[in-house]
Amino acid sequence: MTSLLEVKDLTMRFGGLTAVDTLNFKVEKGTIHGLIGPNGAGKTTTFNMISGFYTPSAGEVLLRGENIAGLPMHEVARRGVVRTFQHSTLFAELTVLENALVGTHMPFRPNLFAAIFGWDKDARNGAEARAREALTFFGLADVGHEHAGDLSHGHQRALGMAVAYASHPDIVLLDEPFTGMNPEETKHMMGLMKQLCSDGITILLVEHDMQAIMGLCDNITCMSFGKFLAEGGPAEIRNHPAVIEAYLGGARHVA
Amino acid sequence: MRNIFIWTVIAAILFALPNLLSFSQQEVLVFLTINILVVASYRLLTLTGEWSLGHVVIMGVGAYASAMLTKSSGLYVPLGIVMGGVVAGLTALALSYPLFRMKGFYFLIGSFAAGEIIRLLWKRFREPFGGTKGIKGIDPMPDFSVGFYDFDFFEPTSYFYFSAIVVAICLWILWRIEKSPIGLTFQAVHWQDKLAQASGVNLRAYRTLAFVIASGFAGIAGALLAHYIGTINPNSFDVEVMVFVLTWAIVGGTSTFYGPILGCVVLTILNEVVLRELGLEQTRPLIYGLILILSILFMPNGLESIVQKFTRQKERRSLRPEEAK
Repeated sequence: MTSLLEVKDLTMRFGGLTAVDTLNFKVEKGTIHGLIGPNGAGKTTTFNMISGFYTPSAGEVLLRGENIAGLPMHEVARRGVVRTFQHSTLFAELTVLENALVGTHMPFRPNLFAAIFGWDKDARNGAEARAREALTFFGLADVGHEHAGDLSHGHQRALGMAVAYASHPDIVLLDEPFTGMNPEETKHMMGLMKQLCSDGITILLVEHDMQAIMGLCDNITCMSFGKFLAEGGPAEIRNHPAVIEAYLGGARHVA
Repeated sequence: MRNIFIWTVIAAILFALPNLLSFSQQEVLVFLTINILVVASYRLLTLTGEWSLGHVVIMGVGAYASAMLTKSSGLYVPLGIVMGGVVAGLTALALSYPLFRMKGFYFLIGSFAAGEIIRLLWKRFREPFGGTKGIKGIDPMPDFSVGFYDFDFFEPTSYFYFSAIVVAICLWILWRIEKSPIGLTFQAVHWQDKLAQASGVNLRAYRTLAFVIASGFAGIAGALLAHYIGTINPNSFDVEVMVFVLTWAIVGGTSTFYGPILGCVVLTILNEVVLRELGLEQTRPLIYGLILILSILFMPNGLESIVQKFTRQKERRSLRPEEAK
């Protein structure tokens, strides 16, 4: 059986620097998969290659067995892989509802002539219903009319995920979703992610918050300096000597 | 109901307007009507965040296309005007392939270069474009009657009514596009193209779509102009005219649909009434430049920001009683 997403010998070179070096891992359908590693390990670069933001120097990204490496980002998104961005990348000038409506672009593709003559009532209503559903899921229903740029940081992070969720993804790539959240917000967000997962959405997660990672993930891949380091369940990773060494620095490095 | 009333009043005012003006002012009114379509179509492109310096040349493409088609093949003029829009749109589609490899400042310069190339082609090829002298004796709009009103296109008043109807239809379509999910996608492309793309938006396709639609309506405006003045040449569509369009858009403000239109109307009135009265017409570029600088310094959100200030106050006042409860 093929995995939903498989990364095969993925490599990214920036000039002389190899940011990601022959990385391999598999994401199984319906799981929450974590990607961790110290700063500069190449996690975000890996994300950017999977989502089509970068074209890998070598290697393959297989989605249901199809190689999607090097496709433009919207083509990757249309195959069901939707990503969020680090920091609060949103349409700050648009309202929260409009942000979510942009997220419904794929399930409700706009049509020029229908839009001019008003034949797209059903699609518009459907899109709005879906957008509101996504906002409600992430607890943003009350702030729908506000400008996204005016939201609190936690709400902005939630909106970023709502935009991704509104597009009916098969797999979401979350780039540091818990950054800047307080422990309570993190806990709440973890609950929502578990719910997403039980709805059948596969999640690939880059995160520094170890408690969140350990509490959420079914499987964790650890990278260091662009290379694969270890893979396994939370308990395994926590006690893995190579992982501990990468994070805390081993005696060899000190000497 | 209230809307219908307002639009009826506006239509009545527009109907009565030419009768209050002198002959030369009526002519200016026709140009103003056409220019409104030029700036309004320009705004559709700016929705995606791209600013072009070739918009007026594309308008010229529509003018040349309609003039040549009606002259050579005897095409019925209203159809020629539509074809002017179609040809301008197709030209934009062809130009989009090289131009949308760039964005932002590079697109601006690229569009200017593309426009100049088109203008040089008009100048270089006397056959079929008429060289630097352009095309003369363009077929006028044929007269017709709609029962209660006889369109006599020798009169600017008639041409004003005709162009006002055409422009109104075009504005309605532009408005519908802007308020649709497509308009929202244009804005998404403008504000965060990466996030839009991650939501499955084909950036290139949407930039091209906005460029083609904007150019198509500019082409219709150009064709309207050509059949009114009867003669066009490459210098009718040079960069000076483009600067005027930019000034209208910037002074009016581009964050609302009515902003550029407001800028166009106010500056035209200023130009025709104030400058002409003072005999300062020759200094128009100078004064426009000054107005542009002053408005960027003191009114960065354009004339529309003043309108918004008043409408917001009204909203707040109407909200207050509810808050008191």
